Amino acid sequence: MTVADRPASFVYRRRHLLGIEGLTEGEIVGLLDLAESYVEQNRQTDKKRSLLRGRTLINLFFENSTRTRTSFELAGKRLGADVMNMNVSTSSVSKGETLIDTAMTLNAMHPDVLVVRHPDSGAVNLLAQKVDCAVINGGDGSHEHPTQALLDALTIRRRRGRLEGLLVAVCGDILHSRVARSNIHLLGIMGARVRAIAPPTLLPAALDRLGVEVFTDMRRGLEGCDIVMMLRLQTERMQGSFVPSIREYFHFYGLDYDKLQVAKPDALIMHPGPMNRGVEIDSEVADDIDRSLIREQVEMGVAVRMACLDVLTRTLPPNLPVNGS
Amino acid sequence: MAAERRGKGPAARPLALTGARLLDPASGRDAPGGLLVVDGRIADLGPGLYGDGLAPEFERIDCAGLCLAPGLVDIRTQLREPGEEHKETIATASEAAAAGGVTTMVCLPNTDPVIDSVAGVEFIARRARETRRAKVYCYGALTKRLEGKELVEIGLLAESGALAFTDGLQAVANARTMLRALSYATAFDLLLIQHPEEPSLAASGAMNGGELATRLGLPGIPATAEVILIERDLHLVAITGARYHVAHVSTAAAIAAIARAKARGLHVTCDTAPPYFALNENEVGDYRTFAKLSPPLRSEADRRAVAAAVADGTIDCVASDHAPHDQESKRVPFIQAAPGVIGLETLLPLVLELHHKGEASLLALLRRVTAAPADLLRLPQGRLARGAPADLVLFDLDRPNRIAVERFRSKSKNSPFDGRPVQGRVLRTIVDGRTVFAADAPAR
Repeated sequence: MTVADRPASFVYRRRHLLGIEGLTEGEIVGLLDLAESYVEQNRQTDKKRSLLRGRTLINLFFENSTRTRTSFELAGKRLGADVMNMNVSTSSVSKGETLIDTAMTLNAMHPDVLVVRHPDSGAVNLLAQKVDCAVINGGDGSHEHPTQALLDALTIRRRRGRLEGLLVAVCGDILHSRVARSNIHLLGIMGARVRAIAPPTLLPAALDRLGVEVFTDMRRGLEGCDIVMMLRLQTERMQGSFVPSIREYFHFYGLDYDKLQVAKPDALIMHPGPMNRGVEIDSEVADDIDRSLIREQVEMGVAVRMACLDVLTRTLPPNLPVNGS
Repeated sequence: MAAERRGKGPAARPLALTGARLLDPASGRDAPGGLLVVDGRIADLGPGLYGDGLAPEFERIDCAGLCLAPGLVDIRTQLREPGEEHKETIATASEAAAAGGVTTMVCLPNTDPVIDSVAGVEFIARRARETRRAKVYCYGALTKRLEGKELVEIGLLAESGALAFTDGLQAVANARTMLRALSYATAFDLLLIQHPEEPSLAASGAMNGGELATRLGLPGIPATAEVILIERDLHLVAITGARYHVAHVSTAAAIAAIARAKARGLHVTCDTAPPYFALNENEVGDYRTFAKLSPPLRSEADRRAVAAAVADGTIDCVASDHAPHDQESKRVPFIQAAPGVIGLETLLPLVLELHHKGEASLLALLRRVTAAPADLLRLPQGRLARGAPADLVLFDLDRPNRIAVERFRSKSKNSPFDGRPVQGRVLRTIVDGRTVFAADAPAR
């Protein structure tokens, strides 16, 4: 596929992808449709295209990540971009300085796209203000993780054919979860009904104002759901301060077949990974090939990120020759 | 003390201010008239003052019908000296104060080193004398190094000039320490000032807890963190009978608690700062670190409650809460940013906003920034009265203006009010009879 071959119907007019909040339904559908075409490409023997030849993608990760970084790396390489990974330690006290300084340094190397993950909410927005290239938020603090929500949406849409009207439960540590926020925004924009299920200590204030129904009883919350999205419970948050114990958490909020009974008989299960088996999800449920979409999510992740790189580089100034044109 | 040495330079000519609109909240005066300054003090004032003409040796300032009020008494500033002179110094803050009509400012002890010794109090007094613009006083720390554990020698510090005692931006968390401090302070009739935030609830919080914090993924500080600490302290105040002042009140619940305590006759007062009645949490918007304050900007309902309490006097004083920060403290992710905004040069116009919006009377508002804070700290300034220090501000109440941070004298520029249209412009500031600031434009 060359530039000329790309579907011209959809143009993403923003410079960055910093979050789902504020995107339009049209933009989300456009990204998902484009990602759909990359799913097919990724299943071919020859997965490589030269769409981004000459472009430089830098993965700038201020927080450990394996799957998101790998997924972006693969997405960039399959589109023909040069990909570089930078892992920046945030242990120093002056990490704020590091952020701006690193941004300015990288900017001087003329990357075309920066994928940034940072432990602080809003850090990627701040960085995006300081650089000339396109920025993709690879997850910032408890704020947003837009490509995760897009890949989740693509996974659901491929299985159910639509998002509108579905009843989706988002369960677990919503307070600290950027995945939950991005998914709540996206599903709301696309007309799905969202339920948030968590112990009160892991529910952020005024969550209902984001258009979700809030449940603290998992059995009631799961009733009639089409999709059950589990969230990872961070181990450091399990020790007594937010929930009394892992055992108690799993008893009341861990997904097992027993609790799943009240959901729709064909309800599908999702998890952004990495999973804590036996903490938020029972191993059997996680590995249920009929119901668990967990591996499919990973596959969709590469396609969605290819779509994001594709649309963002379309609006970059064409001062670099692409395909010799 | 700093103030008493001022004005004792070479004998200045008597200064006659004529044709002013005299505004004195202490006496309730709002009338045309003149004012005479002799030896740095107000010698006389009133409508018929210059009926027989001016004596030739008088220096004369024609006020052209504009407002002449007591200079502002700003009871909470951070001057960053000693220790963080790259953010502000007593000299630069004094320039800013003069430009803002502030003739007296009191600084917090959260400097480096902390003002928890007689030497620290004397350092501020000496620097203030050298500066010779706004009068500068300080509070002493309540506990050593602001650690909330051991009491500072508050009796000795008070003798050397500390006006009251506070741990600055840290609440005294331990109830027993607070009880002892309040109890001990009664021996010397000293005022204790508390930062109203239960630390365990506010810890790691970055903005007001609520919908916006949830959307932004920022840890919230619940509004209850404020009233919980105040309620606790009020019980301790009731036991001890101490004088207790709550700094920068930001919530409706806290205001209600303080109003109840006042009705019970406790020696309780409080203040707020302009951001808490001029802005709400939405100012944080897309992670604007200039809108990060401690306590945080609150909901619109809280903002309205603060404005109403400033108008009705439940909130006794308004302070600038001047908190200078350099770019490195603010150009970082929101959660890492230092809290606080500069305020010396925006205090008067923002207070006057409540007058222009019809929410409070002019004299009531001026009282919050002149007589009320002066009375609280038992200072003689803050009033237009015979014998009072001639600390004055001449301002145009109505002249439209736009807040322009780049013109500020303060060394730091962290203000969320940049570009805000306001009415009310300081034209001249006088300390002990000396003009310390005159606007470029003539007073019409």
